[in-house]
Amino acid sequence: MNFGASLIEALESLASNKVRTGLTMLGIIIGVGAVIAMLAIGTGTEQAIVGEIEGIGTNLLIVATNYDDVTNPVPISIQDAEAISDPIYAPSVAAAAPVVQGRTEVTYAGEGTSATLVGVTEDYYLVQTVELTEGEFFNSTQISGLASAVILGSNIAEDLFDRTDGLIGETVRVSGQPFRVVGILKKEGGADFGNSPDDQILVPLTTAQSRLLPRNVKGEVDIIYVSAVSSEAVISAEDEITTILRDRHKIKLEENDFYIVNQELLLDFASTVTGVFTIFLGGVAGISLLVGGIGIMNIMLVSVTERTKEIGLRKAVGAKKKDILIQFLIESSLLSAIGGIVGIILGWLLSLGIGRIAAANDFLLNPSITINAVLLATLFSAAVGLFFGIYPANRAARLEPIEALRTE
Amino acid sequence: MTDWIVDAKDITKVYQMGEVQVHALRGLSVKIAPGEIVSIMGPSGSGKSTLMNIIGCLDRPTSGEYSLNGESVAYMNDDQLADIRNRGVGFIFQNFNLLPRATALANVELPMRYAELNGRNRKQVAQEALEAVGLGDRIHHRPNELSGGQMQRVAIARALVNNPAIVLADEPTGNLDTQSGDEVMAVLRKLNQERGTTLIIVTHDPEIAALTNRVISILDGRIAEKV
Repeated sequence: MNFGASLIEALESLASNKVRTGLTMLGIIIGVGAVIAMLAIGTGTEQAIVGEIEGIGTNLLIVATNYDDVTNPVPISIQDAEAISDPIYAPSVAAAAPVVQGRTEVTYAGEGTSATLVGVTEDYYLVQTVELTEGEFFNSTQISGLASAVILGSNIAEDLFDRTDGLIGETVRVSGQPFRVVGILKKEGGADFGNSPDDQILVPLTTAQSRLLPRNVKGEVDIIYVSAVSSEAVISAEDEITTILRDRHKIKLEENDFYIVNQELLLDFASTVTGVFTIFLGGVAGISLLVGGIGIMNIMLVSVTERTKEIGLRKAVGAKKKDILIQFLIESSLLSAIGGIVGIILGWLLSLGIGRIAAANDFLLNPSITINAVLLATLFSAAVGLFFGIYPANRAARLEPIEALRTE
Repeated sequence: MTDWIVDAKDITKVYQMGEVQVHALRGLSVKIAPGEIVSIMGPSGSGKSTLMNIIGCLDRPTSGEYSLNGESVAYMNDDQLADIRNRGVGFIFQNFNLLPRATALANVELPMRYAELNGRNRKQVAQEALEAVGLGDRIHHRPNELSGGQMQRVAIARALVNNPAIVLADEPTGNLDTQSGDEVMAVLRKLNQERGTTLIIVTHDPEIAALTNRVISILDGRIAEKV
């Protein structure tokens, strides 16, 4: 029996009970729509995180004390940072910026807010992208002089003053001590993965160490940001830093008591995490697609029972098992294929909507539908239609013509 | 013995109904010549439906020999039987058995579709068959737009399109009023005369049986002795 005619016949048969066909397709539409939307969100999240990490700068290395794997590590210090910036021992290093970090309270005229306090040196300006909407970054006099100067993140400024301009010279209290505002950071917005400069305040490192975030060991810092001279020099910079720090920390054969993270590592880690996230979301959506498939099987079984007599007649006039099998498989595949196409459109609309909602909430997430996701959903729904169609179709094909003709 | 179109010898058919064996046919032999109009009569349970299923290749005998148009078909597999039914047998049912959603033309085309004939030819043959049964002006009507007699005539056209050796009609007038029944019988007789199609009619109605060349009476799975 020719395929085109079978296709038209299957379409007519599906069209003859539109409500039932529609409801059966709905299962597949929702399933495919959910898979598409979830994969789009997963991919969008990954791109947002990768963008965030790449924003750190490809030359950047982060050095921190390894408290996890080593007992009694020597904490990294300002002196370590100075040694790392030595151009003779570390020619691949452009700058090293030691930093202390902690939570603190900032108050102005009785209004208070909590902020991430970052103690920085003038080199911080060289390793991190710091943009000020007004004022100037700390100079060496302020750093060495333990100045009571502060640069506010835009959210902090808004919390305290309800504005982000004309604030230079104002005095705020950090942990109860008066600090003069010397600059305001440019608002970054976007996805906040816990470390946005908008919620930070910057003070000179020396000031932070002596008065705000005292540490056990003199000169101890939390992180040293190192920028390599170029992105190709990142690996050699890592080697040089390792050699210098092992020497300074008097490590002979033991493990490093510090670790060095480069952007590559962060990207690897982030894509692992978002990969798991995407698989999880897709898997949950996949379950609904499976349920949609069971709906198809259910309705095809009903249809076979209803049309027993028709099957008997077709067999009486010469239909072979194969003909009946193909007829019902075409119907179930059509159900899932049409449902799949509508589902892809639904998923696309859904992810557009979610992108809008995310944007309205200042969360930069661009759900992106990849051709892979569309292919996956299409193939999967076609497979669902075929797989769940096989059992009912087989049942129809195996009907005995005399039995089938006898039913009313 | 190829001069018999239907040649059944010592046919038995045993059904297993749970624990009980039902002997529907007990060694029945029947021969029908080409171009004959034969009626099969018998009370319900006599085995006439079983005989008709075997003659129509819808079922296989438990034992015995059966040739249709010179071809031994008794023990063919399902797909071979489907092929024989498609080319060699036309069926007419008491309740017409048309596809409700398909037009008269599409219903008549159905056997040709399974015979894998090409589309253009198919439509033409189907249309000619409908014209032959007097429904040339109804080819695009669906069954619910046709009267009982018209539906049965569509079924006759469907039975004839593949030029079968025999046409089996199971109570063809059973669901029709007298006038429509007479029309249907007239069409069948006309086709028999024009095309020489062998016609086997299963019926309860002595008046229908009287219109045929020969009556085969069946009782308890055997040919009844002529009274």
